[in-house]
Amino acid sequence: MKDFILPGRDMGTPARKGAPVSLTIDGFAITVPAGTSVMRAAAEAGIRIPKLCATDSLEPIGACRLCAVEIAGQRGTPASCTTPVAPGMVVHTQTEALARLRRGVMELTISDHPLDCLTCAANGDCELQDMAGAVGLREVRYAPGANHFAQRAAEVANPEWRPKDASNPYFTYDPAKCIVCMRCVRACEEVQGTFALTIDGRGFASRVVAGQDVPFMASDCVSCGACVQACPTATLQENSVIAIGTPERSVITTCAYCGVGCSFEAQMRGDTLVRMVPWKEGKANRGHSCVKGRFAWGYAQHQDRILKPMVREAITDAWREVGWEEAIGFAAARLSAIRAESGPDALGVITSSRCTNEETFLVQKLARAVFGTNNTDTCARVCHSPTGYGLKQTFGTSAGTQDFDSVEAVDCAVVIGANPTDGHPVFASRLRRRLRQGAGLIVIDPRRIDLLDTPHMGEGLHLALRPGTNVAVLTALAHVIVTERLYDEAFIRARCDWDEFADYMEFAARPEHAPEVVEALSGVPAANIRAAARAYAAAANGAIYYGLGVTEHSQGSTTVMAIANLAMMTGNIGRPGVGVNPLRGQNNVQGSCDMGSFPHELPGYRHVSDPAARGVFEAAWGVSLSPEPGLRIPNMLDAAQSGQFRAIYIQGEDILQSDPDTRHVAAGLAAMECVIVHDLFLNETAAYAHVFLPGSTFLEKDGTFTNAERRINRVRRVMAPKNGFADWEVTQLLANALGAGWAYSHPSQVMDEIAATTPGFAGVNYPMLEARGSVQWPCNDAAPEGSPIMHVDGFVRGRGRFIRTEYIATDERSGPRFPLLLTTGRVLSQYNVGAQTRRTENTAWHAEDVLEIHPHDAEVRGVKHGDLVRLASRVGETSLRAEVTERVAPGVVYTTFHHPGTQANVVTTDNSDWATNCPEYKVTAVQVSASNGPSEWQSDYAALISLQRRIAPAAE
Amino acid sequence: MRDEKLIRMANQIAAFFVSQPGTASEGVAAHINDNWSPPMRAALLAHVAGGGAGLALAVVEAAPRLRPPPARAAKA
Repeated sequence: MKDFILPGRDMGTPARKGAPVSLTIDGFAITVPAGTSVMRAAAEAGIRIPKLCATDSLEPIGACRLCAVEIAGQRGTPASCTTPVAPGMVVHTQTEALARLRRGVMELTISDHPLDCLTCAANGDCELQDMAGAVGLREVRYAPGANHFAQRAAEVANPEWRPKDASNPYFTYDPAKCIVCMRCVRACEEVQGTFALTIDGRGFASRVVAGQDVPFMASDCVSCGACVQACPTATLQENSVIAIGTPERSVITTCAYCGVGCSFEAQMRGDTLVRMVPWKEGKANRGHSCVKGRFAWGYAQHQDRILKPMVREAITDAWREVGWEEAIGFAAARLSAIRAESGPDALGVITSSRCTNEETFLVQKLARAVFGTNNTDTCARVCHSPTGYGLKQTFGTSAGTQDFDSVEAVDCAVVIGANPTDGHPVFASRLRRRLRQGAGLIVIDPRRIDLLDTPHMGEGLHLALRPGTNVAVLTALAHVIVTERLYDEAFIRARCDWDEFADYMEFAARPEHAPEVVEALSGVPAANIRAAARAYAAAANGAIYYGLGVTEHSQGSTTVMAIANLAMMTGNIGRPGVGVNPLRGQNNVQGSCDMGSFPHELPGYRHVSDPAARGVFEAAWGVSLSPEPGLRIPNMLDAAQSGQFRAIYIQGEDILQSDPDTRHVAAGLAAMECVIVHDLFLNETAAYAHVFLPGSTFLEKDGTFTNAERRINRVRRVMAPKNGFADWEVTQLLANALGAGWAYSHPSQVMDEIAATTPGFAGVNYPMLEARGSVQWPCNDAAPEGSPIMHVDGFVRGRGRFIRTEYIATDERSGPRFPLLLTTGRVLSQYNVGAQTRRTENTAWHAEDVLEIHPHDAEVRGVKHGDLVRLASRVGETSLRAEVTERVAPGVVYTTFHHPGTQANVVTTDNSDWATNCPEYKVTAVQVSASNGPSEWQSDYAALISLQRRIAPAAE
Repeated sequence: MRDEKLIRMANQIAAFFVSQPGTASEGVAAHINDNWSPPMRAALLAHVAGGGAGLALAVVEAAPRLRPPPARAAKA
C-alpha cells in the first residue's frame, strides 16, 4: 500500500523521531517511530482518517473529533491525532459506529456553515467539502437557528454575522466560513511565531480574531501566509484564488528573494500563476514562507516591465525600441570598437545574484573568455565579500558551515548584525521555534531587533554596540573566553594549530581587549560582554548567525575572522547545532560567488594566478585566460572616471541605487561609453545606459539557485519569457555576436560545464537534482550525497587558523558637524532596491523609507514623529520622514534603501572593507535637521531620471 | 585611478598586517598581488617611486615584492 503514497500529502500530525513501534491498522502491519500519532501511522500505511483540525505542520489538539478511531482494549473512540501509537496496538479506522459518529460531527459542523459551495472560492480545494464526502454526509437535520454565516435572518440583521476582513492586500478573512478548527491560530504560533491570531470568546461565541479583534492589517500579522495555508476552508483565502479560481497544476521552484532559498509550488492555471505555496518537502523552509515569496510576485506581470530591447547613441537621447538583433548588434559593435581601441581591460561585467548559477557562470565566462579580461564582479562585493575572504582565511572555504535544519539543535544562538525577522523571515521563524523550546539568544546589534521580542522565549541578551565597534566587542568576547579559560582545548589541539591559538590567546588576553576597556568605546556594559561570552562558551551547541551588520564595515573581513576564532576556540564547528552561519542577502549570492563572479577568482574560488586552475578553463573554453586580477565594482567606477574603463554589461543589478556614494556611481557610469543594462525594469542604473536588454523573471526560466546553506535548488520555468528570451539566452546572443560560438540549448548543459570544471560541483547535474530535489555542495566523489555540514572531521584548509583581530576605528567618525551615526538595513515587506517589491501590494506596509531616530535626538532637534527631515553626511544629503523610536540608541539613526526617491546611498560614503572593498554602509556620520522639502539632489535627480527614461514613440 | 583612494586602500591593508605576527610588508604585498588589477598596482608603484607620500611604511616596504604589471597595463 505504501508504494502509492505521493510525497507532499498531509500526514495529519508532525513526524517524530523515536524507537520503532509496530502496530496493526485495519489489518495492515505498520512500524513507525515512538511518539507518532495513530493518525500519522495510518497515513504511513496509506489510510487517510477523516480530519479537520489536524494537519502535519501543527501539533494536534484533538478538537474536531472527526478522526475518532476504535482501538482494541480501549474504551470509547479516541481521537487518532492525539493518541500516540503503542506496541501491538490494533486500530480500526472505519466501523459502523465510527461512521455514525463522524456523520454526527460533520452534521453539527455543517449546521453553522453556508452551503454556497458552487460560488465559494475554495470550491474543489476545501477540506470541509472533502470530509463531508468522506463521511457520507447526506443531510443536515438541524432547523435554521443561531448561526454565524447568514447576514440577515428573518428580516433582522444577524448579530453573530461579521463582514469579511479584506484589509490585507493578499488574502481575505471571511468569518462566515470559519469552523474554528484553530489551525490558523496554531500556524501563527507554531510555524510563524508571531502570535498575531487568537480565539476570542468561548463555545458558540468563539471566533478567530487578529490581535485584540482588529483588522488583520492593524494587528501584528506579518502576512507570512501560514494561516491561509493551514485553513481547511475558504475562511482565509488568497485573493488571487478568489479572482482566478483554483489552480490546475503545480511546479516546484525556488523563491527569488532572500538567501534562505525557500522551495515553493508555483500553482498554475494555463500560463497564469494563481498562487505560490511553500513546499513542505523544501529542505530550507520546511513548508513555511514569508510575505515576499508567498505573495509579492506581482512584479513579474507588472506593466512597468520592459519587454523590447532599446538602444540610444547617448544617455541624453530618448530610448529607441529595436529588435533583438539590432540591439545585440549595437552592443557588440560598441564593445568591439572599445576593445580594439583600449584593450580588453577597458571592458567588464557585473553578474547578478538574482540570476541563476548558469546565467552567472555565462556572464563571467563572457568577460574572461570572450572579452578577455577578469573585470567581473557581483553585488556580493557590497554584501558578503568579507565572508568569502574571512572564512577562506580561517576555515578554507568561502561559505557557511551548516544547513538550516541545524538550528533545531542550537542551545545558544548568537545573532550579530542581522535582523532575521525582516531580512530572513523563514529562518527567523525556525530560530524562534527553537528559542521557544529554551535555546538562549544573544543579539549583537546597534538596534533592538524584533527577535529580542520573540514571544515565549527566555530573556535575550542584547549587546547594543555603537556602529563600527564589532571587532572590539568580539575580541572582548574572546578575551573573556581565554582569560577565564572557557575554551575547548581538546578541540583546538585536535583541529587547529595550537601555536597560532597560543598567539591569539596572548593577543586577546591583552588588557586593552578587556570588556571593561571596550565598554568605553562600544557602549556595551562590560558585564553584558562577560555574560555573553560565558553563555556562548558554556552552551552545548553554540551557533553564530550573522548578516551585513558584520560585513559592511571597514573591518568587515576582520569581524568575520573574529567570529571564526570564537567558533573554533569554543569547539563550535563540525556538527549539528553549531557553526558560523552567514545569512546571505540574496537568493543566489552564494551561487554567484561560487560561479567565479569575483575578479580574482575562477569558479570554485581558485585564484586567477593559479596556472592549474586556469588550465582547466583554458582547455574547456579553448582560449587563454588572463592571470591578472581584474577590477572590483568601485575600482571599475574609479577607472571609468580616469578613462581606463569604458564599457560594462550589467545583468540584474541596480548599482546606482544599491551601491554607496550615489554621486560617485553616477559619475563613473556617466564616464563610460557603453553601458548595457540587462534587467526587468528601467532601473536607476539604466538612466546611464546605452543599451537596454529586457530580462526574464525566475518564473520564466530553468536553472539553479544556491542558498545560504550551500543548497543547490532547481528553478523551473512555469511560463514562457514575456521578453522572448531567458537571461542565459540573452548573454549567449551577446557572446555569439562577439564571435564566441556558444551553442547551449538548455541550462543543464551549462551545469554540466560547471561540474566538469569546478571540483565542489563535480557530482551535480540536473537528473540528480530532479531525483533528489536539492543538494548541498561540495558534492563530488568525496561527498556524493553533498555536505549538509562542513568541516566535520577536519577543516577544508587542513587546520583551522586563528588570526589576530586588532580593532581599528573607521575613518568615519561622528563629530561636531555630523554628530549621529547612520546605519542602514531592510524591512520585511520590501527587498533591497525595491525594484520588485515596490511593484507589488507590499507597499501597503512600507510605502517610503523613514528615518528611525531616538526620542532624545529628535527632541533636541525639534523633530516630531512624521516630520520631514534632512539627512546629511559629508558626501550628500536627502530628505525623508522621521520615525521617533527607542529601537535605535541615542546617537544612532537608521533607514532603509528601498525607494529611489529617498536614495539613502546619496549619504553613504566610499569607505570600504580593507580586504575586499565591501562598502561601509553601516556607519556614516550624519546630521539630522528639520526640512521642508526634498534635497537639491532629490529634485535634480527626479528631473534627470524623467529625462533619461524617455522612450521615443515607435515610428509608424 | 585616483591616487588618494589607492593610498587609503593600501594603508588600510597595511594596518591589518601590521597587527599580525610576521613581516607586515609580506602580507601587504601578497594581498595586493592577489587582489589589485595591474593598473592599480602600476599606479601604486608609480606613487612609491615618486616618494610615496602618505603611504604607510609597510606599503612602501612591500613595493619591491609587488608583481610588476604586464606592459599592456602599465601604460594605462
